[in-house]
Amino acid sequence: MEASESTDHVNYLNNGYGVKSWLLTTDHKRIAILYLISITIFFMIGGFFALVIRLTLLSPEGTLVSADTYNKMFTMHGITMIFFFLIPSIPAVFGNFLVPMMIGARDLAFPKINLLSWYVYIVGGMFTLTAMVMGGVDTGWTFYTPFSSGYSHTNVVPTVIGVFILGFSSILTGLNFIVTIHKMRAPGLTWFRLPLFIWAHYATSVIQILGTPVIAITLALVGFERIAGVGIFDPNIGGDPILFQHLFWFYSHPAVYIMVLPAMGVVSEVVTCFSRRKLFGYRQMAFASMAIAVFGFLVWGHHMFVSGQSVYAGMAFSALSFLVAIPSAVKVFNWTATLYKGTIRFQTPVLYAFGFIGLFTIGGLTGIVLATLPVDVHVHDTYFVIAHFHYIMVGGAVMGYMAALHFWWPKMTGKLYSEGWSKLAALILFVGFNLTFFPQFILGYLGMPRRYHIYPPEFQVLNVLSTAGASILGLGYIIPFFYLMWSLRKGKTAGDNPWNAKGLEWLTSSPPPTFNFEKTPIVNEEAYAYTDGVFEEDVAGG
Amino acid sequence: MANEHSSHYVAHQFDDLEQQKEAGTLGMWTFLATEILFFGGMFMAYFVYRFSYPDAFAAASHYMDILLGGINTGVLLVSSLTMALAVHAAQEGKRKQIILFLIITMVFGVTFLVIKGFEYHHKYVEHLVPGWNFEYKGPNAGKAEIYFILYFVMTGFHALHLIIGIGVLSVIAMMTARGNFTKEYYSPVEVSGLYWHFIDIVWIFLYPLLYLIHVHK
Repeated sequence: MEASESTDHVNYLNNGYGVKSWLLTTDHKRIAILYLISITIFFMIGGFFALVIRLTLLSPEGTLVSADTYNKMFTMHGITMIFFFLIPSIPAVFGNFLVPMMIGARDLAFPKINLLSWYVYIVGGMFTLTAMVMGGVDTGWTFYTPFSSGYSHTNVVPTVIGVFILGFSSILTGLNFIVTIHKMRAPGLTWFRLPLFIWAHYATSVIQILGTPVIAITLALVGFERIAGVGIFDPNIGGDPILFQHLFWFYSHPAVYIMVLPAMGVVSEVVTCFSRRKLFGYRQMAFASMAIAVFGFLVWGHHMFVSGQSVYAGMAFSALSFLVAIPSAVKVFNWTATLYKGTIRFQTPVLYAFGFIGLFTIGGLTGIVLATLPVDVHVHDTYFVIAHFHYIMVGGAVMGYMAALHFWWPKMTGKLYSEGWSKLAALILFVGFNLTFFPQFILGYLGMPRRYHIYPPEFQVLNVLSTAGASILGLGYIIPFFYLMWSLRKGKTAGDNPWNAKGLEWLTSSPPPTFNFEKTPIVNEEAYAYTDGVFEEDVAGG
Repeated sequence: MANEHSSHYVAHQFDDLEQQKEAGTLGMWTFLATEILFFGGMFMAYFVYRFSYPDAFAAASHYMDILLGGINTGVLLVSSLTMALAVHAAQEGKRKQIILFLIITMVFGVTFLVIKGFEYHHKYVEHLVPGWNFEYKGPNAGKAEIYFILYFVMTGFHALHLIIGIGVLSVIAMMTARGNFTKEYYSPVEVSGLYWHFIDIVWIFLYPLLYLIHVHK
């Protein structure tokens, strides 16, 4: 009965339709939607660059685009996907939407700052897009000096200004989450009753707060060097380009955990819900998130094994990098233990979560291979590295994002999408992803270097396989776009809690009212208080 | 705390003034953590080059005007005192005193910027601005150039923060004049005070590190 009424109630979507009601909103849920639309656009732009890269690599001679254009393509693919899609993806969309709801708050602590963060994101995006339209940039997403500061003839300055500005959007989001999680939890919601999604976002926010300002100042220094013609990374006057790499990776390695920690939070929510189990080792999972955030700051030097840093530093960074594997493995084992003997329902969100667990494990284990100093000397700057970090970022973070999108779509929109199509898309994505990137492990191990638009002919078969996989992967991203849009118009009404999930966000209606809850909820049980194996049919029926 | 009188100060997302106040304070401390790392990147670069080129840095720091720098240090320290007095006045709900002390604090801030401007001008006249006007007489010209780049970037970002700080204080002063704060609720005054003290502390590090190297040698 409730289900049929829930489309008519006043909610955050239908309490205003004008452009102003969206662009001047301070409602965290509407800002989440603004972010969802914006990052989807940037995902498509980044995907287009990936398409050009893969098409060029179909033939060993790289006939589609010139070497210079190819350099711009992989640079802009990296910049768009990392800074404008992956970093904001889960935190800015689902974190924004869910952090207040999961802790029983009416909004984030600073709603206006939250809106400001979206505008900052857009302004940063405009600078970078302008740079792209003006002819692009070719430094690689890493902006290594002295090439970026002294030699590149492309639009480095507007690009680094864009990324500099964007960083503040990330900082403001993290700041908002930290304060909200500390100060605005509902009565009874102690730290160890928090959903792990919240713990993951807390850990992510710490990285955003402490890491992002460092890359901001580093890129500002590169910008000054280009504008003024002299800079502190310029070897001609005694400057040290390796210092740039240290400062760059001090942020950019932890940035990987900005991408993957929120996805881990999503997986914890989804795995418990669809196996009807309490989470195995809740406290270890919470501490593992924090440990990843802390250890993540101590390992940046593993990007620089062959850069000319001291061998002893390399050995220390190698050993420290192995440490990150421990909390990561704790998470994988605990999800597996949670699933063990669970009553698993194979619905779409959990398919993506399974994808995450498997692909993240491969990405993580190859990460250990790369963290091993002598092995890295062999595979450094090859496709092995490319394959490894795509397993983490696409196989991990994007799978987590898709899991979140499918898990909370009914809550955000009040509509159900097609079960059949969504399962098919999940399968296509998984197959396409592995076909794209697994051959790259082999290519890299055989010695194909990254960032070249030509390669020896013996690598062609594996490259063609990879490109074929990429087109399947692309299809896997297009299908959800259509059935999700379709669901908005024709989808069945979701009801408040279509998955019978625990968690405060499911207690309110779908879509939620503007202030989330009629009455502040009071929490008197731990997170994931599922009764083993019991699928509470009556809750869904209403 | 949240009596009838004060309840209209509470934003919709908060339950009471206490929660709102705590959130604001924690928010500012978190922001200051970001700021520390922002300046931290520059301090890191400073330390790397200072330890790589100690002699060049000591020689270049001869060109700093210790007197003007010292006066500016005094100016900022006193401004922190007047800022603290403004917060104290806010605790006691004395609106006129808050505004008075905020204005004095801002005047000190502007004084600092004016003196800094004279210093920058001197550097330009002495051909010590890297990129635009740089002719360094003496050995290690390149390494001295790195010193001056760091000098301008670090003091420049510090000055930028000070300008923002003055802007923030003027908004707070206007809010005070409009009667937005009471004895029970003056959190924005306190929080902007934190920011002001942070700017002060950054200078406390910058002054010896940039001006006093050769004295220390």
